[in-house]
Amino acid sequence: MAETADSGVKERAKWDNKAQYLLTSIGFAVGLGNVWRFPYLCQIYGGGAFLIPYLIALVFQGLPLLYLELAVGQRFRVGSIGVWKSISPLLGGVGIASMIVSFLVCIFYNTILSWVLWYFFHSFQNPLPWSQCPLNENRTGYNVECEKSTPVNYFWYRETLNISTDIETSGSMHWWLVVCLASAWCVVYICFIKGIESMGKAVYVTATFPYLVLTIFLIRATTLPGATDGLMYLFTPKWEILKNPQVWLDAATQIFFSLSVAFGGLISFSSYNPAKNNCERDAVIVGVINSATSIYASIPIFSILGFKATNVYNSCRMENILDLTNHFELAEQNITLENYDQWFDHLNSTYPDQVASLKLRPCDLQKFLDQSASGTGLAFIVFTEAVIEMPGSQVWAVLFFIMLFSLGLSSMFGNIEGILTPINDLKLLPNWIPHEVKTAIICMICFLTALLFTLSSGNYWVEVFNGYVGSVPLLIIAFFEIIGVVYVHGMKNFSDDIYFMTGSRPNIYWKACWMVISPLMLLVVFVAYVVVQAQKHPTYPTWNPNYDEFPETKVIPYPDWVFAIIILLCVVPVTSIPLVALYRLIRRVRSPDRGDLNNYCNEGFEIETQEQNNRRT
Amino acid sequence: MLYSQGEMLEKILLLFCLSSALAENLCRPDASNGYKVRLSIKRALGDEAYVWNQDEMFLFRATLAFAMRNHLSGQDFQVSNILVCDETPRVSFWFIVTSPLDATRPVGKEDVEEAIRKSRSRINSAFLLTDQTLEFIGIIPTLAAPVSPDTPPWLIVFGVVMGSVGAGIIVLLVYPVVHKRLKKDEEEEELEEEEGEEETRRVKTMENGAAGDGAHNLSFTDDERFTQM
Repeated sequence: MAETADSGVKERAKWDNKAQYLLTSIGFAVGLGNVWRFPYLCQIYGGGAFLIPYLIALVFQGLPLLYLELAVGQRFRVGSIGVWKSISPLLGGVGIASMIVSFLVCIFYNTILSWVLWYFFHSFQNPLPWSQCPLNENRTGYNVECEKSTPVNYFWYRETLNISTDIETSGSMHWWLVVCLASAWCVVYICFIKGIESMGKAVYVTATFPYLVLTIFLIRATTLPGATDGLMYLFTPKWEILKNPQVWLDAATQIFFSLSVAFGGLISFSSYNPAKNNCERDAVIVGVINSATSIYASIPIFSILGFKATNVYNSCRMENILDLTNHFELAEQNITLENYDQWFDHLNSTYPDQVASLKLRPCDLQKFLDQSASGTGLAFIVFTEAVIEMPGSQVWAVLFFIMLFSLGLSSMFGNIEGILTPINDLKLLPNWIPHEVKTAIICMICFLTALLFTLSSGNYWVEVFNGYVGSVPLLIIAFFEIIGVVYVHGMKNFSDDIYFMTGSRPNIYWKACWMVISPLMLLVVFVAYVVVQAQKHPTYPTWNPNYDEFPETKVIPYPDWVFAIIILLCVVPVTSIPLVALYRLIRRVRSPDRGDLNNYCNEGFEIETQEQNNRRT
Repeated sequence: MLYSQGEMLEKILLLFCLSSALAENLCRPDASNGYKVRLSIKRALGDEAYVWNQDEMFLFRATLAFAMRNHLSGQDFQVSNILVCDETPRVSFWFIVTSPLDATRPVGKEDVEEAIRKSRSRINSAFLLTDQTLEFIGIIPTLAAPVSPDTPPWLIVFGVVMGSVGAGIIVLLVYPVVHKRLKKDEEEEELEEEEGEEETRRVKTMENGAAGDGAHNLSFTDDERFTQM
C-alpha cells in the first residue's frame, strides 16, 4: 500500500493485486438481487424463455455501460465527481447525483442486512423460533394472529418488524432492530476502516463465501424430494410470454440494476488500478460472472421451492386423508397418498353429501408452485419455511443467512465507496481529519438516518426506497454518463484513452453500442418505466390483522404525502445535474477569460516563460 | 328359607341382565355423559405399532379407572365401571363412567373431564401415544408451557459477534497509533546516532577539503586520463 503520510503529497491508494480488484467489483455487482429477484423474474416470465431478453439486455446494455465506467475510472484515476468534472465541468452534477443515490441506497440496504443479522442470531435455537406459534395470554390456545396466518409470517411481521397496519402509523422505534442496525453498521465500518486496504482483505471472504454456500445448497437441494418439480417449473420455457413487452422491460431493468452501474462505486474501484490495465477483459468478466451467478443461484432456490411446494401438497392431502378416515371410521392407513384419488372418488360417489360436508381443501401442486415470492418475502418467509422441514434446520438457516449477509456486505462496500471517494474529492471534510474518523462520521450519519426504518412502519419505507430510489435516478444518471463520455468527451478521445490503457482500440461492437444502441435502450427503458409507473396510483400491500381476508395482505394506495416523498426521491438526486451545469454556465458567462479549465494548460507557466524571454533580451 | 336356590339364581340372572341392559343403554354414541376416544396407533408408532385387541381395551379401562380414582379420591372405581361401546376399525369408541356406588348412575361429564386432564400424561404413556394420537373428542389438551430460557439465545450470539467486531475496531484504531509512537522512538534514537556520525564525517571533510570550495567535484578528475590521446 503506497501511502506516504509523512511527505506532503499523498499517493493514491491501490489494490494489492488484480484478484482483489476483480473480487471487489464482482462482489459489488453480485448482491441480494441475484438471489432473490432474478429467480422470481425467471419464474413469472416463462422460465427458460426469460434468459433470451436477459442475455440480449446484458450484451447490448449491461456490458457496454460496465466497460465505460471501468475505463473512465481507470483513465482519469479519480472518483466519480472528479471524472465527470474532468470530462466537462458542466457534467460535474452527474458525480454528485451518483453520490446522493449511493447514500440513499446505503441506508435502506444496510437495514435489510440488519434483518438478515437478526435472523442469523435466531438461527442458533432449537427449535427454530419461526417454526412454532407462541401461546396466548391464558395458555389455552395459540396466539390468534399466528394461528390465522403461519408461524413464519408471524415471526417476520410481528416478532421481527412489529409492523403497523399502514405507512402512516409510525409507531415507535424497536430496540432490537436498532441493536441489529448498529451491529450491521459496525461490521461495515470495521471492513472499511482502512479504506480499500482493509476492504480488499475483507472481500476475499465476502465475495467468495456465497459461492461456497450456493454450491452446498445446490448439492443438498437437488437431493430433496420435489426438487425436480421445482426445477422443471422454473426452466420450462413458455415462449409466448416473450410477446409481452413488460418482459423485455423487466429484463433490461434487472440487468441494469444488477450490475450496479451509475452508483459511482465502480468508477472509484477502477481508479485504484494501474494506468495500463485491460479493463475490457475486466468488464466482460464481471458482467458474465454476475449473470452466471444469477442463473447458478436460481437452481438451489427453485429446488428448495419445489421441495416446499411438494411438502405443502402432501400435508394438504394428508389432512384430507385424516378427515376422511376419521369421518368414515376406516382403519388407519387404509387411505394412503398413493390410493387417495381412488378412495376419494369411491367415497364421493357413494356418500356425496357427507364428503361435501367435510369441506376438504383442494390440493393442487401447480397452485403451490405458483406461490412465488421475491425480495424479503422470499428470504424471510418462503425460505425459512422450507428450512424448517429440512433435516438439520439450524445448519441450513445459519448458512443461508451468512450467505445473504456476505452478498449484501460486498455490495455495501461499493455503495460506501460511492459516498466516501466523492466526499474526499470535494474536500467536504477538512484534510486534517484522519481517514478512519471520516469513515466513522459517514457511517454514523447513515446509521442515524436509517433509524427511520426501525419504526413500526419501517418495512413500508424500505419498500418505498427500494422501489423508487434504486430505479429512475440510476437510469437518468447512466444516460448522462454515456452521453457525456461518447459525445462530450468524444468517441475519438475515448478510443485514444482505451488504446493507451489496453493497447488496442475498441472494436465496432463496443462503438456501436456506446454511440447508438445503449443510449437508445436506456431512453426506451426509462420512458417505458415512467409510463408504466404513472399509469396507476402506486399501491402497497399491508399486514393488517383486522382485515377481513387476513392473512391476505391488504393492498392500499400510498397517501399523498408519501407520494410526494416518492417524487422527491426520484427527482432530488438528479436535480444536481442541471443545477451544476447551470452554475458553471453562469460562472463562465460572468468571467469569460477563465475559459475552459484545460488540464494541460497552466497560465502561470506561460507568464514565467515570458519573463524569462524578457530577461534574456 | 324365604327363597329357594333356583329363585336366587333367577334373581341374580335378572339383575345381571338388567344391569347389562342398563349398561348398554347408558353407553351409546352421543351419550350425554360419555366421551369419544380416537387412537392413531400406526401414525404414532409406524412399524412398532401394536394391534388393538381386547387386552388393550382392558388396559384402557383400567387406566381410566385409575384416572377416576386419582381424581375422586375415596371412590373405588373398578374396571367394570368403565363401559365401552361402538368400537370401529378406526380404533375409536365411546366410553362412559359409572359410579362405583351405583352401577346405573353415570359420573358427571365435568368430573370425567377433570380426571382425564389430570392424568392425561399417564394415560398417554400407558399406550406410548401423545396428545395428538390419543384423542378425547371434546377435551382439549392443555398446551405445554413454552421453554423460555432466562437469556434469549440470540442475545448471546449477538454478544459474541459484536464483542469480536468491537475488539477488532479498537485494535485496528489503536495499533497504528502505538506502532507510530514506537517507530518515532526508534527513529529518534537512529537520528541521534546519525548526528554523531555526521559530526565525525564533517571533521573528516574539514581535514580532507584542501580545495575547501563546495563546488569542487572530485569525480571529474578521472577525465584527465581519457583526454590525453
